[in-house]
Amino acid sequence: MSQTSTRTPIVTLTGVQKYYGDYHALRGITANIGQGEFFSLLGPSGCGKTTLLRAIAGFEDISEGQILLDGKDMEGVAPNRRPTNMVFQSYAIFPHMSVAENVGFGLRKSSMSVAEKRTAVGQALEMVGLGKFGARAAHALSGGQRQRVALARALILKPKVLLLDEPLSALDKKMREVMQVELIKLQREVGITFILVTHDQEEALVMSDRIAVMFEGEIAQLDDPETLYRRPKSRRVAEFIGMMNFLPARVLGEAGGRVGVEVQGLGPAELEPAQCPSGAVAGAAEIGVRPESLTLLYDGQTAEGGREASGTVREVVYYGDMTYYDILLDGTPAPVRVSMRNMPGRRVLEFGARARLAWDPRAMVLFG
Amino acid sequence: MRVNALAVFTVLYLLVLYAPIVLLPMFAFNAGTVIAFPLQGFTLEWFAALLNTPALHEATLNSLIIAISTAVFSTILGLFAARAATRYGFPGKGGIVGFIMLPLVLPEVIVAISLLIVLMQLGLTSGTWSIIAGHTLICTPFAIAILQGSFSNMDKSLEEAAIDLGETPWSTFRLITLPLVSPGIIASLLICFTISLDEFIIAFFLSGNEPTLPVYLWGQLRFPARLPVVMALGTILVLLSVALLIVAETFRRRGLKRVGLKDTGGFL
Repeated sequence: MSQTSTRTPIVTLTGVQKYYGDYHALRGITANIGQGEFFSLLGPSGCGKTTLLRAIAGFEDISEGQILLDGKDMEGVAPNRRPTNMVFQSYAIFPHMSVAENVGFGLRKSSMSVAEKRTAVGQALEMVGLGKFGARAAHALSGGQRQRVALARALILKPKVLLLDEPLSALDKKMREVMQVELIKLQREVGITFILVTHDQEEALVMSDRIAVMFEGEIAQLDDPETLYRRPKSRRVAEFIGMMNFLPARVLGEAGGRVGVEVQGLGPAELEPAQCPSGAVAGAAEIGVRPESLTLLYDGQTAEGGREASGTVREVVYYGDMTYYDILLDGTPAPVRVSMRNMPGRRVLEFGARARLAWDPRAMVLFG
Repeated sequence: MRVNALAVFTVLYLLVLYAPIVLLPMFAFNAGTVIAFPLQGFTLEWFAALLNTPALHEATLNSLIIAISTAVFSTILGLFAARAATRYGFPGKGGIVGFIMLPLVLPEVIVAISLLIVLMQLGLTSGTWSIIAGHTLICTPFAIAILQGSFSNMDKSLEEAAIDLGETPWSTFRLITLPLVSPGIIASLLICFTISLDEFIIAFFLSGNEPTLPVYLWGQLRFPARLPVVMALGTILVLLSVALLIVAETFRRRGLKRVGLKDTGGFL
């Protein structure tokens, strides 16, 4: 697991606490963010992710703890003196200035000559694909263009860390997907550390090297996207990231480093310790399994090792490329969600039809 | 065609509202000294008389000094108060803002008498500066109300973005805040100027022997022979007000257009 990054840390958070009166917004945040890393703070609204980002930028004082930027303590350092720049959720494009004036705003106090500044602005605009837009009035831009201007403006100062506060939430779905890819490319190109705040788990999975999932002012799990998805440490994280089925199970015991469980509706399974993030205590527990780890079996197909279960189709949701089924396994109280890629030879089952499922113990996670 | 009752009401309403003002220029150019129909003939005599009345010139100068000072002070105070009220949370904010806005509904007579008593207790003579203080007191709430609108229309992250890009709070105020609230500032200056210019009660109580224009006019009403001159003065004031309003509105609309905002009200 990649809880600790192998990169040189550029942002070090140690026991960061933030109180707003009685409200405890950040409860002991500790994390290292590496040089050149694309790091995401993911969580539902009110989890403290934006507060943490603003604390790094210097717009919020912290009540306790320490924030190091590039090895320097940021206590008492004003936002205009920190090596960070920010892309705001509203983009905060200055409406009374042209695009070029916006992008060059940060260079106002630099010692560059006018010609050097013009070149730098040109390059920054080129970088975000707005080369010809310099003279345009800022208020005459589309959402996606504003986003790019905000990026160019924040990157022109070559900050050590770029902070992005829900930068894609104001865009429509198509534009959002385009910008996700562009942001990844841009980050790779400039090599600057990006810290992204988002409530969109898909966005975080797509873009990040590592993700900190936050609930109620605490980091619930900090991992790379794949670990986070495959091995969530708690049911709450599992529910927040993607979709997961939870089946009642019994832990039977441990033998030879493997944990034996009996999963209701599926059958007996043996798990690796890594699949039991909160340990395995004999007795009642829950097994989490992702919809794509359950596979429908068609006529004549059999499951490996006889790991097969049967049930009735209770819901069919057809998405074109995928079909989602709710299948009530025999002997279980609630249906499980199964997703199947629609491929030649796979017919879409109908409501009420009998169905057979293959399952794989390697895709399971045990929650105590 | 059916007569629309609402249209009739509207026409009548406008007639009642503006007929007295239309009478103003009519009698200003009327050759007779009595304010009554029929009109006696055309004359510029009353306007010429305005030029030859030094007391009037002094009163006008006083009024202009007071109105301009009041507009500037109220707008500056309003700017700070409006920014504080829209950007910061602090203990007792509601009460403080409430008290600042109170003069809006306080009877002016009360304000004027209180101010007079305070000045006398302090042993200060009343005059131009005391009227400016009184007018600033009653104009500041208007300035705050206008500027609060400007500030709440402005995205808070704009100021943060400027600071984030290396500016100090002061240069941010100068480069970002001020240009973006400038339509509000112009509107506030204009409103405060207008309120101060025709304010009578406070000026009457505090003017001492330096009357403002309204106080001077009121004094002239005791002499029927001076009435046509007052009419001439009134005509000039009406024209000036309209011109001022047009100028201010042009500035306001230009400001809105520059930042691409939609027009949400205004004066014209």
